[in-house]
Amino acid sequence: MPDHTPSSFLQPTRRRLLQNAGLLSATLSAGGLLLPGAARAQQAAPVKGGHLVLGLDTASSSDRLDPAFYTEAYMYTVGFQLFNTVLELGPDGKLIGALAESWEAATPDASTWVFKLKKGIQFHNGKELVAQDVVYSLNHHRGEKSNSGGKGQLLAVTDIKATDAHEVTVTLSAGNADFPAALVDYHMGIGPDGGDFDKGVGTGAFVLEDFQPGVRALTKRNPNYWASDRAFVDSVETIAMSDATARMAALLSGQVHIINRVEPRALSRLSARPGVQILRSQENTMFCFPMRVDAAPYDNVDLRLALKYAIDREELQKSLLVGTGAIGNDNPIASWNPYFAKDIPQRPYDADKAAFHFKKAGSPGGIQLSVSDNGFPGSVDAAQLFQASAAKSGITIDVERVPSDGYWDEVWLKKPFVASNWSVRPTADAMLSLILQSDAPWNETAWKDEAFDKLLAAARVELDETKRKQIYHDLQVKLVDEGGELIPLFVDNIAAASDKIGGYVPVPGGGDLSGYRITERVWLNA
Amino acid sequence: MADGIEADIKVMSVLAAPKARGLSLWAMLGRRLALGLVLLWAVSLVIFAGTQILPGDVATAMLGQQATPEAVASIRQELGLEQPAAVRYVKWLGGAVTGDFGRSYSNRQDIAKSIAPRLKNTLLLAAMAAVIAVPLSIGLGILSALHAGSWIDRTIGLVTLSAVSLPEFFAGYLLIAYFSVTHFWLPSSATVSDSMSLGQRLVVTLLPCLTLVLAVVGHMMRMTRVALLNVMASPYIETALLKGLPWSRIVWKHALPNAVSPIVNVVALNLAYLVVGVVVVEVIFVYPGMGQYLVDHVAKRDVPVVQAAGLVFAAIYILLNIVADMISVIANPRLRHPR
Repeated sequence: MPDHTPSSFLQPTRRRLLQNAGLLSATLSAGGLLLPGAARAQQAAPVKGGHLVLGLDTASSSDRLDPAFYTEAYMYTVGFQLFNTVLELGPDGKLIGALAESWEAATPDASTWVFKLKKGIQFHNGKELVAQDVVYSLNHHRGEKSNSGGKGQLLAVTDIKATDAHEVTVTLSAGNADFPAALVDYHMGIGPDGGDFDKGVGTGAFVLEDFQPGVRALTKRNPNYWASDRAFVDSVETIAMSDATARMAALLSGQVHIINRVEPRALSRLSARPGVQILRSQENTMFCFPMRVDAAPYDNVDLRLALKYAIDREELQKSLLVGTGAIGNDNPIASWNPYFAKDIPQRPYDADKAAFHFKKAGSPGGIQLSVSDNGFPGSVDAAQLFQASAAKSGITIDVERVPSDGYWDEVWLKKPFVASNWSVRPTADAMLSLILQSDAPWNETAWKDEAFDKLLAAARVELDETKRKQIYHDLQVKLVDEGGELIPLFVDNIAAASDKIGGYVPVPGGGDLSGYRITERVWLNA
Repeated sequence: MADGIEADIKVMSVLAAPKARGLSLWAMLGRRLALGLVLLWAVSLVIFAGTQILPGDVATAMLGQQATPEAVASIRQELGLEQPAAVRYVKWLGGAVTGDFGRSYSNRQDIAKSIAPRLKNTLLLAAMAAVIAVPLSIGLGILSALHAGSWIDRTIGLVTLSAVSLPEFFAGYLLIAYFSVTHFWLPSSATVSDSMSLGQRLVVTLLPCLTLVLAVVGHMMRMTRVALLNVMASPYIETALLKGLPWSRIVWKHALPNAVSPIVNVVALNLAYLVVGVVVVEVIFVYPGMGQYLVDHVAKRDVPVVQAAGLVFAAIYILLNIVADMISVIANPRLRHPR
């Protein structure tokens, strides 16, 4: 690449070109965005106004505005511009009220929950929010006919009723102290009673102007937004950019303010550029190699232990994540979770112990690891490194490369040893019951343990914190020592932004980009 | 190579215009169009068969990792996937003939309406690239042929061949690195929208357009050069030369018309490529064209969309080839009189 010699006579030209392009309408007049060299101090106080532009991946031309069908970061971010949820996750990972002003368990076993809604909140079409809207919107994910991605979160719900104009009562088939956390899910956006979610009418901070699936979404600030301490920019443009290099180029050339999924490999180069800040959400995704404990040879605890000792986690972290993220301990609870069992020692790479357990398991053959980069990004490389480190203990891993296309359909849950990944869920219960409860549809390790299920159910209704913590601790110990999940890595979500962006706060457990609510949290410094 | 293509064209001409000596251009065109329709129908069958062979179905692909058996079953039922493939195919074909491509499985949008703006974008980009690339490569080809073996010829050959040898994504990244990231002259992404004027569109589309030009110039330029050199070596050119005709007259009046048909065919191939083969460029430059649209829906097993897009591509391909044939015939009347 040629050296960059800032030549002042060129600036009018490029400014005009960009202006002609109409890509940076409002912010451009300031001109500052075009000067990557001009480092500017962050302003602490929010600034109003401006046109915020995001370049995000995972958009598809088959996307829908209906929250029931969101599957990826792009639609989460667009969806949270339009829709609110009843509750949200705060920056400390705890629940805060969004449309609800308060909520509580109405019965001591936590099987009935009452949510009191804030008054005076309006939908984009002017209609006032009442309890019936929430009932309608949550029922959207329930019932046999529903094919919502949020269906699993509400399986335990037996009834949702409007008990007052601004009060919703939810009844569960069994108690669950963590039930309110289900309502922060991306799918649980609230729309008006009887309405069509694909129209994008919600109570959100921004009103839909234009939506072209897989291309872009344009929204304007909602003048009647209920939260006065949020939504600073006048308009938001969310552009679909599936290519990582294209996103970087767009950020560096000043076409967008925020990009997501920066590749760890590119991190050092990107952060060295002036005018760029890195937005990190720590340990928000886990990369794993689930083994089905109902299939030979993975049904042998010693073999599972052998494999757990035979993987060099630190090497994987270095090569895949370039030192970002954290190494995992085969424990699906992330280290920031309040219930994380700190006292379980980190399992090291230990070729001798691996060989010992492998022999104890009878040195079986036929260990075939099926991977494609759809399992988790870099999983093919990771599998090969795993193969090499395991070979030192005499364990032969046969790495089978499978097509990315159709991976979740044909390989995952079908083959006994694969690559997978999970967004870390906000609560311990959500994470464990998602993939480790006997009857969980996504039980990728076929982990069926009655005692485990009982303890998990007991923790769910246990309102005594100390007892609850002890139960989760025991469950984690069991998983680390016996479980089928081999979890080598926890990954940070790395986004990047122009240094004009102020007000970014990560939301642990809420996903990338301030729990995908970044558009109403940040402002544009002039 | 030139001879091969010319021979192919002759064979096709013979098939399409048997016996009748001096068949009128209109009759020929009619025949070609009719054959094109038959071909298009065959293509629709092949595409449908192809989408059936893919692993998984729309229900599981739509839900991805979130597929539960209940959700899958309810989507299947809603979309009528329980019906046999043949029934679905016939139903769809009936709609397509009347211009109704149906609704997308995955997002329920009207396919004809979703395709229209994307097709417009794709055609605009292809047209822009063609307007630059076709005259450029033919001009360079003629220049090369006239100076065959000289440093001009070698320089042109080297430069255009290097451009072709660069993978498109790499050429695209180089252009972005230079024009957008280092110098801020042009936007790195070509997000076009309806509110833009044509001028604005041209500016934001310039980089992808240049990338495509780099990709296709070499092929067309080489073909022009070879075809022209071929003709220039024939005895009648020698006669013309001996007769004392000026060079320009020999090239324009005598040589070029005979070289047109291979050139036009290569141009048509490249134009078709500009329309159907630019997914990579669309992704790099964030350009909302047909390619990405098709790929997204293939990934979701959205059969009606894949079929519609496939048909549109096939129609463009066939049409461009018909036009190329007709131009060959007009430029070289001998092709109308098969021996």
